[in-house]
Amino acid sequence: MTTTDIHTELLKNFEEKIERGDAIEPKDRMPDAYRKHLIRQISQHAHSEVIGMQPEGNWITRAPTLRARQILLAKIQDEGGHGLYLYSAAETLGISRAEMIEQLHSGKAKYSNIFNYPALTWADIGAIGWLVDGAAIVNQVSLQRTSYGPYSRAMVRICKEESFHQRQGYEIMAKMMKGTKEQQEMAQDAMNRWWWPSLMMFGPHDSESPHSGDAFRWKIKRASNDELRAKFIDKTVQQAEVIGLTIPDNELKWNEERGHYDHGPINWTEFYEVIGGNGPCNLQRMNHHKRVHDEGKWVLEAAEAWTKKREQKLFDLN
Amino acid sequence: MTQDTQLRSWEVFTQTRSGANYIHAGSVHASDRNMALQNARDTYTRRGEGTSIWVVPTDAITASDPNEKEMFFDPANDKIYRLPTFYTMPEGAKAI
Repeated sequence: MTTTDIHTELLKNFEEKIERGDAIEPKDRMPDAYRKHLIRQISQHAHSEVIGMQPEGNWITRAPTLRARQILLAKIQDEGGHGLYLYSAAETLGISRAEMIEQLHSGKAKYSNIFNYPALTWADIGAIGWLVDGAAIVNQVSLQRTSYGPYSRAMVRICKEESFHQRQGYEIMAKMMKGTKEQQEMAQDAMNRWWWPSLMMFGPHDSESPHSGDAFRWKIKRASNDELRAKFIDKTVQQAEVIGLTIPDNELKWNEERGHYDHGPINWTEFYEVIGGNGPCNLQRMNHHKRVHDEGKWVLEAAEAWTKKREQKLFDLN
Repeated sequence: MTQDTQLRSWEVFTQTRSGANYIHAGSVHASDRNMALQNARDTYTRRGEGTSIWVVPTDAITASDPNEKEMFFDPANDKIYRLPTFYTMPEGAKAI
């Protein structure tokens, strides 16, 4: 067999395995492109969880009640945990934690666009939980069936924890809609600002999506951007109606034939501007992450020093 | 892979109730075993999903190669006499 034959054979075996619905595990042979795609996607997902802690973290000390503060703190701790599950899954593909953080800092790795928007009011915390986590859940539920074992298992774990996140957000919105006129306006204002960026979270329309061919064949992605977006819109519209919020889209209309809502055009110019680094908070998010990463270096050093010292002590005793 | 600067990697196994199997949850980074346990608790059991945790240095685990699973597991395949269904029981025999 020539090298090309071996490669063809390996690829055939791999694709048959995927076709059968078997999970791919860390030590299995896999095409470089599969590994690369996963590293890109999982690390981006991990970075999103961690960067996503910033807009919400801003509100821990400003939460209106002790109850709200405790809940928000627990939610943000979950997001940190989700980041760790995902970094741990990505590491099984042969990239180190340090390398991933380096790629985040250099801009080579991205994170979800949505976190480049500011959380201006308490209602934004409601909107983030309800809409942003709501959109993320739709995506993550479909990724529970992704073909890479460690990624899929991380998704199962994350989905179990996410529904609390969405509920706490929706509860905040519902409460504000029962409040004073100012509170209602504040909730509607948050809705107006977070609705469109939430729709953008699913990425470009299927006709424009650059990464989907292999991703579908290899079952990394299990549903298309537009399918997931439709799912999110369909379930959110009713939730908004129930609490009296208006979806900021004049063209939103139920389409009997498609069985989905039609929606107005998404501002993709804004989407690409924000991805390109020109969102309201890109610089702030990255600077904060870099600063905390640098300032936290002593924690690693202290831990290493402590371990060394204890090992030395044990050695001396022996 | 470049040298990681984020402390040593540990594999985490959690037991959901007393007597159950320990199941792999993921991994954490920590400088020693006690910190690994604490980090594993914070990362994988925020909702009390466990009665106990194991942490094992990642490099201490030796795994069989799934690509060689035939060589590894096939010898069991032709020994179907290990399965109770291999045996024909006399008609009328109950609860056996």
